Amino acid sequence: MIATAWLVAGKDLRIEWRSRVLAWQVVPFGVMALVLSGLALGPTRAGHSSAAPGLFYLVVLLVTLLAINRSQAIERTPGTRASVATLGLDPAGVFLGKTIALAVELWVIGAVLLAGTVLFLHTALAGSLTAVPSLVLTLGALAAAGTLYGALTGEGAGPATLLPVLALPAFAPLLIAGERAFSAALAGGSPWEWWVITLVALVAYLAIGVLLYGVLEES
Amino acid sequence: MKQLAQRLLGPVTLVSMALTVWLGLVVTPPDKVQGDLARLVYVHPAVAWVALYLSFGTATIASVLYLWPRTRSVVADRVAHSAMEVSLVFIALTLITGSIWGRPTWGVWWAWDARLTSTAILGLLAVGYLALRRANDDPTLRAKRSAVFAVLSAINVPIIHFSVLWWKTLHQGATVFTANRSLLIHGIMAWTLLLSFVAFSLAYAWLVRARYRLEVARERLDNEAITEAIAARVLEGRS
Repeated sequence: MIATAWLVAGKDLRIEWRSRVLAWQVVPFGVMALVLSGLALGPTRAGHSSAAPGLFYLVVLLVTLLAINRSQAIERTPGTRASVATLGLDPAGVFLGKTIALAVELWVIGAVLLAGTVLFLHTALAGSLTAVPSLVLTLGALAAAGTLYGALTGEGAGPATLLPVLALPAFAPLLIAGERAFSAALAGGSPWEWWVITLVALVAYLAIGVLLYGVLEES
Repeated sequence: MKQLAQRLLGPVTLVSMALTVWLGLVVTPPDKVQGDLARLVYVHPAVAWVALYLSFGTATIASVLYLWPRTRSVVADRVAHSAMEVSLVFIALTLITGSIWGRPTWGVWWAWDARLTSTAILGLLAVGYLALRRANDDPTLRAKRSAVFAVLSAINVPIIHFSVLWWKTLHQGATVFTANRSLLIHGIMAWTLLLSFVAFSLAYAWLVRARYRLEVARERLDNEAITEAIAARVLEGRS
């Protein structure tokens, strides 16, 4: 399972590295969304807003949807599913591999967006850096959940529009936990309880994915 | 016996509902503090019980049975689908009756309360389940994917249940029992409340049964249409 996971993760990341879709489409979209969030608040409020962690995570969710669609698009290219089936790869390993690759991509995007939040929404640099562990954890949970929801919508009609309908309600607890942890970090408080919620979600999604991804692959 | 029970389900549901309405609106006294507004207690908790636990629980168990290879059957898929559709109706009723109570009590139709928000999210997940079913034409693919989604969505149910303890927002905690299991509601009010739970549970069973039969009829119609189309093509080939 672990060997398959590294194989799939390496494959996805190499495809991403060569195609540069993340760098040229997803990251610019995220930065643009962050700038628009600042404009929506207005120039005076954007710089001092307590809404910055919420706006940051809202943009993260939008970008995550794009990244999930991108991750699943790789699987939809002609012959990919047949190749996976022929090679007899362990579905749990495929799930973990795709989750790892998506998590790495989201961590890169998250770093850029966090820098954008410091720059455009004037969040304190020290507080923002304190929020990094919770961001890593939240994005990891989003990657695990996203891989599952992406596979669910993969071959149905209108996967790009179906994904937000299925995934966003499920992402809501992660958005709340992430935002609260970020706010606590900025205020100098303790984000532990929010870390626990995120960690539980991460473990739950990983467990369900390992158990059920094979059923989706069977389909 | 089974057929008799199925035949009696509708009439028994109607009688229990009528009794609940009569007891709730006529026989039981108004509350000392909330007056007639408290009569919503004979609707809202029972509707929420059906929405969150009975129907979502049925959909989840039926989905798990479908995912388990030994118990996989089209019956489990139909039950999950029917239960989830009825669940959406009851979630909407839960939110509507909650809002009707919330407006005079809290001063707003909607509050960003943990239980309200998590229940609304569960409703959106039920909408997602139905959207997912419509997006897949292949019956096996549809059944598998919707079963996985139902299991994933069920994670939200314990969050809703414990939300009043974890976040301590506007929605009150346990209303019927105290922490040490003693009743907070007594006499005719308690009996009416109990009857409302029975009545709405029966209504749920009746609706799920009706939806299940509708699904079977729809599948039969689809199969007949396919058979007719094949026969027409065969005739075309012969002529």
